[in-house]
Amino acid sequence: MRAYLPAYHLEAVRDLNELLARLNREPGRWKLFAGGTDLMVLLEAGKLPHRNFLSVWKLAELRGIEVASDSVTIGAATTYTELRNNDTLAREFPLLCQAASETGAIATQNRGTIGGNIANASPAADSPPALLVYDAEIELVSARGTRWRPFHGFYSAYKQMDLRADELIRRIRLPRGQKNWRFHYRKVGTRRAQAISKVCFAGRARVENGRIADVRLAFGSVAPIVLRAIQTERLLRGEKISPALGRAASDQLAREIAPIDDMRSTAHYRRRVAQNLLAGFIDLLSSH
Amino acid sequence: METRFIGKSVQRKEGPEKVTGSAQYLDDLAFPGMLHGATVRSPIPRGRIRAINFRPHIPWNEFTIVRAADIPCKNCVALIIDDQPCLAAEVVNHAEEPVLLLAHPDKYLLEEARRAVQIEIEPLPAVFTIEESLARKQIIWGNDNVFKSFLMEKGDVDEVWASADLIVEGRYETGAQEQLYIEPQGMIARASEAEGVTVWGSLQCPYYVHKALMKLFGLPKERIRVVQTETGGGFGGKEEYPSMLAAHAALLAWKSGKPVKIVYDRAEDMVATTKRHPSQTRHRTAVARDGKILAMDIDFTIDGGAYQTLSPVVLSRGTIHAAGPYNCPNVRVRSRAVATNAPPHGAFRGFGAPQSVFALERHLDRVAQAVGLAPDELRRRNFIREGGTLAFGQIVREKVDMERLMRRAFDASDYYAKRSRFESENVGSVIKKGTGFAAFLHGAGFTGSGEEYLASEALLEATPEGRVRVLAGSTEMGQGTKTIFSQIAAETLGIGCDRIDIVQPDTADVPNSGPTVASRTAMIVGGLVESAARAMRETLLHAGLLKPRYDSISFAQACNRYIGQFGPLRSFVKYQHPQGLHWDDEKYQGDAYSAYAWAVYVAEVSVDMRTAEIHVDDFVAVQEVGKVINPTLAAGQIEGGVAQGIGLALYENVVWQQGRMVNGQMTNYIMPTSMDVPPIRVLFEEIPYGHGPAGAKGIGELPLDGTAPAIANAIAHATGADVRRIPITPEVLLEMLEQVHA
Amino acid sequence: MPDSVGKVRVHCRVNGRAVILEGHPMARLLDVLRDELRLTGTKEGCGEGECGACSVEMDGALVNSCLVPLMHAEGSEILTIEGVARERLHPIQQAFLEHGGTQCGICTPGMILAALNLLSRHPKPTETEIREGLAGNLCRCTGYTKIFESVLQACRESERGS
Repeated sequence: MRAYLPAYHLEAVRDLNELLARLNREPGRWKLFAGGTDLMVLLEAGKLPHRNFLSVWKLAELRGIEVASDSVTIGAATTYTELRNNDTLAREFPLLCQAASETGAIATQNRGTIGGNIANASPAADSPPALLVYDAEIELVSARGTRWRPFHGFYSAYKQMDLRADELIRRIRLPRGQKNWRFHYRKVGTRRAQAISKVCFAGRARVENGRIADVRLAFGSVAPIVLRAIQTERLLRGEKISPALGRAASDQLAREIAPIDDMRSTAHYRRRVAQNLLAGFIDLLSSH
Repeated sequence: METRFIGKSVQRKEGPEKVTGSAQYLDDLAFPGMLHGATVRSPIPRGRIRAINFRPHIPWNEFTIVRAADIPCKNCVALIIDDQPCLAAEVVNHAEEPVLLLAHPDKYLLEEARRAVQIEIEPLPAVFTIEESLARKQIIWGNDNVFKSFLMEKGDVDEVWASADLIVEGRYETGAQEQLYIEPQGMIARASEAEGVTVWGSLQCPYYVHKALMKLFGLPKERIRVVQTETGGGFGGKEEYPSMLAAHAALLAWKSGKPVKIVYDRAEDMVATTKRHPSQTRHRTAVARDGKILAMDIDFTIDGGAYQTLSPVVLSRGTIHAAGPYNCPNVRVRSRAVATNAPPHGAFRGFGAPQSVFALERHLDRVAQAVGLAPDELRRRNFIREGGTLAFGQIVREKVDMERLMRRAFDASDYYAKRSRFESENVGSVIKKGTGFAAFLHGAGFTGSGEEYLASEALLEATPEGRVRVLAGSTEMGQGTKTIFSQIAAETLGIGCDRIDIVQPDTADVPNSGPTVASRTAMIVGGLVESAARAMRETLLHAGLLKPRYDSISFAQACNRYIGQFGPLRSFVKYQHPQGLHWDDEKYQGDAYSAYAWAVYVAEVSVDMRTAEIHVDDFVAVQEVGKVINPTLAAGQIEGGVAQGIGLALYENVVWQQGRMVNGQMTNYIMPTSMDVPPIRVLFEEIPYGHGPAGAKGIGELPLDGTAPAIANAIAHATGADVRRIPITPEVLLEMLEQVHA
Repeated sequence: MPDSVGKVRVHCRVNGRAVILEGHPMARLLDVLRDELRLTGTKEGCGEGECGACSVEMDGALVNSCLVPLMHAEGSEILTIEGVARERLHPIQQAFLEHGGTQCGICTPGMILAALNLLSRHPKPTETEIREGLAGNLCRCTGYTKIFESVLQACRESERGS
């Protein structure tokens, strides 16, 4: 445990209003502390640069999964375990539940939160690719008010996001009612459990008469941010599935992603595997 | 013959403490007034220390600070030679080399202080690879960067090439591997002029630490005391390194006058302590059309890191095991251990053999392919038998039957049926499966005259209540030392296992039984326990205090009477080397080990061709090990060793940058989880060994030799990839697959 | 609730006993259990939430106590290895003893907590469910084989109602 604890501050807040008021009074001073599964690791390594935290772990306004007729809304402080245990999510948003079940292991899932995951902005995060293909929207609140925006585009660059200094992520909303989509999620990690992703793929598509009527493709760990492969989607949309289409999509994907060499893997591996996972998905779409 | 305890799965002696959480590991101990200690280390791999700066915001006057100049006698961590400094004085030779020690009561402030020390080092050119070391542009150790070299020969290799039907060559590499015991290293020390030095620690070899502290402090042996605490895994990683850590804790205790505890966190443990020696092996093999191997020319090099430590011994074992359980008439092994500017590499279960056996068993599959034989048929035509001569000139006097072991392993794993089924099902499949095996041996105990040199001792002492205390320097670290010593003593004395007390290794109490390494604890030290127990029994029988048939109660009464009449009832035994064994250290020839375990392991893998991920789906381990003293413990050793071998083969990749491990966290240094390890079936054959207790031989390291090559061969079978190095990560395999299918 | 500068006083129950833990709000629950309560059965293996040696149950959920800040223990029910055995060893502990589930023992407390937690959610787990349920607990000694056997055996014992 390398951190000099006396230099750090963690305070509880009574409710969301108090939290927003404090963020408003001192924007940029406070970071939010949810389950702590990312922050505590940095703290222990002596590598946590922020000093002042407000705990949102038990904040009721940030918890809960609400099912409405047209959407499911998830509180930012919802844990991976809670996501996995929700029947509606398991039935209608299986990629998100699969992502949650492949994040760390049981102990991590009991404490890690979806909001913390989004705010931590790792390009290797497991759930955001699923959120992207489900056209998720996120709610950002501050003392000044609330706004919803698409999750797609939330990140502009590595660890840069559309979150102002006095704002926090409150909820994530997933539109329901999209039938007849095929879907696939694959995380390629360093081992079969408790692994950081080397390449992560989430994909959804609607196939009509052998044509890809609509498609969503998202990748993790192949760019500075979690990525929706918009150009590759565009290339596929409306086209008849064929080997030539698969090859073209593969080439397009290689141009759209920007994987790197790091201590876990190589750019070459990431690129090739991303292409192979896409090809596998297209194969899946062409079968019945 | 029916036994009461030998061959039975007697429950682990210290099991109840372990399952209730009451077992006391080093970090569970606290002493009044104790300080915490930390080590300040070199940030660069080689250079001259110019200055040490202390940033002013820390209250330095509250700290105990120890430098090289504070070392009372000799600045070294004594091992085979004294080349490794305890604290760097003028130069550093590897990143993370210890330079300065700090102690303070507040462990958080201590870390802040550690960050506030800046060591100014003028860099010198560093050497990072075996090639660079051998090129000798920089001499970083001795005259030529070579810690040790060997030449081991049988017959005449050079006579054979011209007439050989086929010559097969290959180069093979193995990487570093971190022992990754789940309990990080730790020590507590108390030291003063008046009291001498006492250390408590997580360690395998109390007398190694004892010897090192004697030299460091210049104190006689009675003034140094080393106590082993419950040790959460060692695997060789706590064989020699604890001497360094004990020295550091003791120096801080000496200077501060207070007890000092140093516990490494995982990051420090990973980057600063020893790892398995990386290796490079070149094979050149002459083989006849009928599959008879005519000559093996083997070149074997290991990277020892910056100081010699145990490299000569690792090299020795790797050299001796390099030609395997085969009867080849002409063998030459040229080997060397070289220096690089990495933290010194050290003992890790297998100790050189996993490196050379990987190369050999992978190579022989390729030789088989070149000759057009199935890999098992090639082995069959070359396996050594009783009466045959191993590569180092030892005539095999054991009833070894490698073919039988292979047959049994193949039956248990359904090898032939699966092999052909996989071959046909793999066509056009995204998931390709394969089978592979390795055939190997592992010598138990120290090489050659090593055991004679160690001259290990053990002592049994009876109490008036009829309990018997076993005093030996062998440590329990999960492998079952305490349990099997109890079983052996109880069986031999004819009393209950629960009447045996294994005394916690403390150099003030126990004799030097040699280190807890080299797969020697059951065979050698267990043998001493058995002899001592036999002698104690004889003493009581001879004194007329016991009838030939007796029970625990009579035994207790006999002890009571004996002690009342004659004084302490003690039985002391010193090691006797078996007659007729001769080893020539100059020529590197003769009876290298008194006994061998023999094995065939079979691995089944599946490879996802889209991601090059490899999973071991099934594993069968068959070995002949002499008498199995405790089946549950013995199987546990094999299963755990296979899991470590799976890590070595597939997952455990040390990433080096400028001689420093950069993936020193468990997030990034990957060991197998429960999802990565297959069902492992362990089968034992038992041919009792005459000089082992109840016939036992050594088994602890065996599984590390055969697991990785079996997996590598299975991957080659599944995909056609000509695997040449471990770990075989998906990144490496993907590139190989692209070449295969190009 | 901050009491003095930088410290909190946390009210919780540990192994069935009400306690007040005092310390820095971001102090690791692991350190507070070990240093303040002297419950040293919970171990540090990695300090990064990877090895599970520090596993405890918090309100019935398995967590890595090295990643839980003291503040979050407020109002919690915490179970450590010291609270697993009552008058007798728990069937899981007994099974570990009988089937070689423990070797060096350092991962054992966390592993037993993880097994206990698994069985509370899946009373009759398959071997696959056991592998998945224990995937967050690393063992370097056993290769997991006898840990699975121990857990399966503990289930059979529980079924027999002993």
